[in-house]
Amino acid sequence: MFHGFQFVKMSSRKSKSNNLIHAEYLSQVQRILRERFCHQSPHSNLFGVQVQYKHLIELLKRTAIHGESNSVLIIGPRGSGKTMLINHALKELMEVEEVSENVLQVHLNGLLQINDKIALKEITRQLNLENVVGDKVFGSFAENLSFLLEALKRGDRSSSCPVIFILDEFDLFAHHKNQTLLYNLFDISQSAQTPLAVIGLTCRLCLTEDRSVREVLQKHFNVSKNLRSLHMLLMLALNRVTTSHPFVTAADLMEANQLCSMDSKANIVHGLSVLEICLIIAMKHLNDIYEEEPFNFQMVYNEFQKFVQRKAHSVYNFEKPVVMKAFEHLQQLELIRPMERTSVNTQREYQLMKLLLDNTQIMNALQKYPNCPTDVRQWATSSLSWL
Amino acid sequence: MAYYPTRLKTRQTYSWVGKPLLDHELRYHTYKEMSVKIEGGLTEIHIQVGQFVLIEGDDDENPYVAKLVELFEDDSLPHSKKRARVQWFIRFCEVPVSKRHLLGRKPAAQEIFWYDYPACNSNISAETIIDHVQVVALGPDEVIPVDLKNEQTLFVKLSWNEKTFRPLSPELFAEFDQPQEGSPRCQKPVGAKTKGLGSPTWTTAEHVIKRIESRHSNSKSRRTPSHPVTPKAKKKLELSSFPRTPSTRISQQNSGALLDSPGRSKRKVAFSEITSPTKRSQPDGLHTSSPALKAPQKTGEIQSSCAKEDKKASPDCHRILRTRVPALKTTEISEERTLTPLRGGRKSSAVPSMVLKPENIKKRETEEPEAQDETTSTPHRIRRKNSLLTMNRIRQQLRFLGNSKSDQEDDEFLPAAEISDSGSEEEETSTPPLARRTSSRVSKNLCSSVKSSFQTPSQTPQKTPKPSTPRHATPQIRSRNLAAQEPASMLEEARLRLHVSAVPESLPCREQEFQNIYNFVESKLLDRSGGCMYMSGVPGTGKTATVREVVRCLQQAAQANHVPPFQYIEVNGMKLTEPHQVYVQILQKLTGQKATANHAAELLAKRFLTRRSSPETTVLLVDELDLLWTQKQDVMYNLFDWPTHREARLVVLTIANTMDLPERIMMNRVSSRLGLTRMSFQPYTHSQLQQILVCRLKHVKAFEDDAIQLVARKVAALSGDARRCLDICRRATEICEFSCQKPDSPGLVTVAHLLQAVDEMFSSSYITAIKNSSVLEQSFLRAILAEFRRSGLEEATFQQVYSQHVALCRMEGLPYPTMSETMAVCSHLGSCRLLLVEPSRNDLLLRVRLNVSQDDVLYALKD
Repeated sequence: MFHGFQFVKMSSRKSKSNNLIHAEYLSQVQRILRERFCHQSPHSNLFGVQVQYKHLIELLKRTAIHGESNSVLIIGPRGSGKTMLINHALKELMEVEEVSENVLQVHLNGLLQINDKIALKEITRQLNLENVVGDKVFGSFAENLSFLLEALKRGDRSSSCPVIFILDEFDLFAHHKNQTLLYNLFDISQSAQTPLAVIGLTCRLCLTEDRSVREVLQKHFNVSKNLRSLHMLLMLALNRVTTSHPFVTAADLMEANQLCSMDSKANIVHGLSVLEICLIIAMKHLNDIYEEEPFNFQMVYNEFQKFVQRKAHSVYNFEKPVVMKAFEHLQQLELIRPMERTSVNTQREYQLMKLLLDNTQIMNALQKYPNCPTDVRQWATSSLSWL
Repeated sequence: MAYYPTRLKTRQTYSWVGKPLLDHELRYHTYKEMSVKIEGGLTEIHIQVGQFVLIEGDDDENPYVAKLVELFEDDSLPHSKKRARVQWFIRFCEVPVSKRHLLGRKPAAQEIFWYDYPACNSNISAETIIDHVQVVALGPDEVIPVDLKNEQTLFVKLSWNEKTFRPLSPELFAEFDQPQEGSPRCQKPVGAKTKGLGSPTWTTAEHVIKRIESRHSNSKSRRTPSHPVTPKAKKKLELSSFPRTPSTRISQQNSGALLDSPGRSKRKVAFSEITSPTKRSQPDGLHTSSPALKAPQKTGEIQSSCAKEDKKASPDCHRILRTRVPALKTTEISEERTLTPLRGGRKSSAVPSMVLKPENIKKRETEEPEAQDETTSTPHRIRRKNSLLTMNRIRQQLRFLGNSKSDQEDDEFLPAAEISDSGSEEEETSTPPLARRTSSRVSKNLCSSVKSSFQTPSQTPQKTPKPSTPRHATPQIRSRNLAAQEPASMLEEARLRLHVSAVPESLPCREQEFQNIYNFVESKLLDRSGGCMYMSGVPGTGKTATVREVVRCLQQAAQANHVPPFQYIEVNGMKLTEPHQVYVQILQKLTGQKATANHAAELLAKRFLTRRSSPETTVLLVDELDLLWTQKQDVMYNLFDWPTHREARLVVLTIANTMDLPERIMMNRVSSRLGLTRMSFQPYTHSQLQQILVCRLKHVKAFEDDAIQLVARKVAALSGDARRCLDICRRATEICEFSCQKPDSPGLVTVAHLLQAVDEMFSSSYITAIKNSSVLEQSFLRAILAEFRRSGLEEATFQQVYSQHVALCRMEGLPYPTMSETMAVCSHLGSCRLLLVEPSRNDLLLRVRLNVSQDDVLYALKD
């Protein structure tokens, strides 16, 4: 998993040993590494899934060589390498001559083939059956279905060419009406017809609502952490490498990590005006008092007024329309949110709102808030502090 | 008939030609000839007893074929008094699908079979007759000519008695041999018979063609005298008409042009009376009914009012045909003498009286041999006058009806008339000298007709619009380049046998169910009635397999003649795009027709609710019945309603998963029709599962006995699904192979291997996923549990969970994550469906639920 990282160090050391810290080299290294992180590199090795890989290869080989029907469901969270696994397996298989000669592949994606009709046309097109003219498939849905089924039914184990179906986003296929496609694929794979290998890729763990899919052999390939986010992190660290700062250090990584895990809302709060901060604090107190009940502008304004009257010497008393304006700004920033859709009937002052900031977030933001008046900070810690 | 607009345009008039002859039982007037006239048209078809005719059938591209045995008038029927008795022939496409394999070869396009089935009604309404057709009998050794120019010729080689295909018996052959008027006889008698007759053997297709061509000329010469139009007009007509001739048979698309007219139901009403002897003693019957008029061909609607009687088995139809033959023979001979030079009445070995003049030959070449017959056959003139009068009358009447007939339409039917009499080629075989003498003519005619058939492609207008899907596209996956390897080791062999697709030799543990279904279907078959049966059971309990086994056994029994033959059709609700497509599938499997859903429904209703020609029972298996549910439930209603009709002879076997499906989703009127014949397949017990596995693994020692017992018990405890059981065993063989590194001797599958497979199969994917999830995800799940415990509810907002999360982190002294990170974790868990979450635009307020039980989460987080 830290393959990329080690590579960074290695290449950096190399450039150091030459004692020639050329900006050119560095940018080249950066470019190569960026490419590796951004694109799904086809040559990267498999970590942690060798067993599953071997198993998958065996299954596919048996389909191709013995004509045995199989079905596999590869389950794993996003970014855990499902697609990479199957791509690797297919690539390796296609290098075996007796397999590549014998296999037809059909690739489907649940995000593209959003219903069975489209999926059928796509299958027919990819199999290049006889009702395909150019790139178009003719005939109605029913005709296509019976045509395809007929085609697949004709074959038998020993004579017809095995077909590998790869269904990406498999769970979406399970949402098709009646699951016609899936049922028929599995039905064919379970009867003595054209040999099929159906490979589903999904991040959904459960497909129990599907009666037909239950028969699928379930195999779980879980890689606990997401490779893509790691790539993202390393990208950020890599960007800090310059001629003056040739190595990726631990501090760089920490910083990158901080950037990655930054709370986006806290950053917004840092840019707010004092009045808006005061309103947020007033809302926080209202939440505390009324136990998460929604509030309206009038309540917030009253709360704010109480604070201003006590601390009149230090806080400027704004006009109500000005406060209203600040309140609306907070709504635009989606720090507060109306409970229902804005209706014409209710006056804006009395529309019920909810705060989308947590207490801890507010307190954290206040600590970092530049030039925060002490009174406001005190008020934030306790609604009763002014007494 | 609303589906065939071409047919609506024309109306056909059927009229008797010649004097009625009183049946000797004094009940019917019998006739020798009938004329069919198309409204407003110029054509008239004469159909004589003994000819081969096309009869309206279900499929208007392939009308039924029969030999006309008798024409008579029956006054006892309210409608369609004109009756005909026929001997049926059957096309290959009419042979039940399940029986087709009995032929053992591919049928030729124009091959038909003598229908030797006494139970089939031979009495039909004469008004269903469409046209003549030419039928040629072939000996068993003869090859059916393939590249025949005249595609309307049909060939008989075998007879079909609903059980087997047999070569034509010598008697049948003899019947073909009879010089019946207008009927072809077999050119080449079989084997010794050939020698007995002393005629040259015609073995090649070429000869057949020759014969046909010569007959063509013959028929033309006979027909033309009656033609009322001027030679010039005639010529034009015939030239344009010729291309029609070969348009049928091979490409079914085109055949509509000629066979427009067949109706869709073959009506056969039984009459037990046999042909009258009086008729037989009328050698001149045909003279009175000479082809005087070119009657418009019938293309009109079916006389739908035709009364349908109960089918009576008329076992003596066979005999009828035979007894009638002598009479026809004499008739033919006498006419041939007068009419045609070719028909030298071979039995009497009469020499044709006419010698053709050169101009006659020429005329015939131009398809206009009109003058010829006028010169040759004087008796025809008188008849012709009469016929012209009637013809004009009829034409006037038809014009009056306002349906003007174009010449083109007329043209279409000319070729039909041309092949109308099919009894000429026999002369050539039987009287070789005659054939030799007329050889020049024959060859010329051959030329002309060859030429005309060459014109066909260009001149035949494409009537059917080109369908969107290439019609003759053969659905097929390309075959593999390298042969599939056979299993090498014992484990591979076992795996092959354990695959769900492998068909076991027998079905153990379902004997009782098998017996029940078998008895049910068999009794329906024997009673010639219909019925419904509903089978339910959870997946993998052998429902479909049992029904298939029953059908297989019944088919064997039918072959052995223990039960009546039946047709088996299987449809699956899951393999349909929508419920109404079931009609299309059933129709296609029954008749091979393609139709839209609505049209198919009507055709099927017609087929099942009205009497049919073939009284065969249909066994229909409907798998996944629940998928056929529609709002109106009309599909289910129809499926269960048809069997209740006596004529339908339909046995419907339905399969679904739930036991109470009829009560749950069906309306009362539907479930009541389904009836109470129910059967539920219980899940397999562990001993049954074990028996199944042992049965599959017979002779393959790949598993330890304990291992089999283990998996049987494990699966039986959970679901009793046999498929699951087989899958686990298959997986165990893989594990076994994988763990044993020595590929040559992998050894037996042990309990350990099976346990591993069972664990894999039954272990919860959720628990695995939680165990493998990241630290943050795990602590978020903990926070959810804590929040649930605090609030006592099974649902919490993200904000609540987050504050719990922060508190937990503080307790453990860990840095707590920011809101954004936590949100990412939450949505990630949501995408795995470990959590059920609202759309994330709700932000802090989005509600979170666990999709797994709390205990499972706790268990997974324990370590």
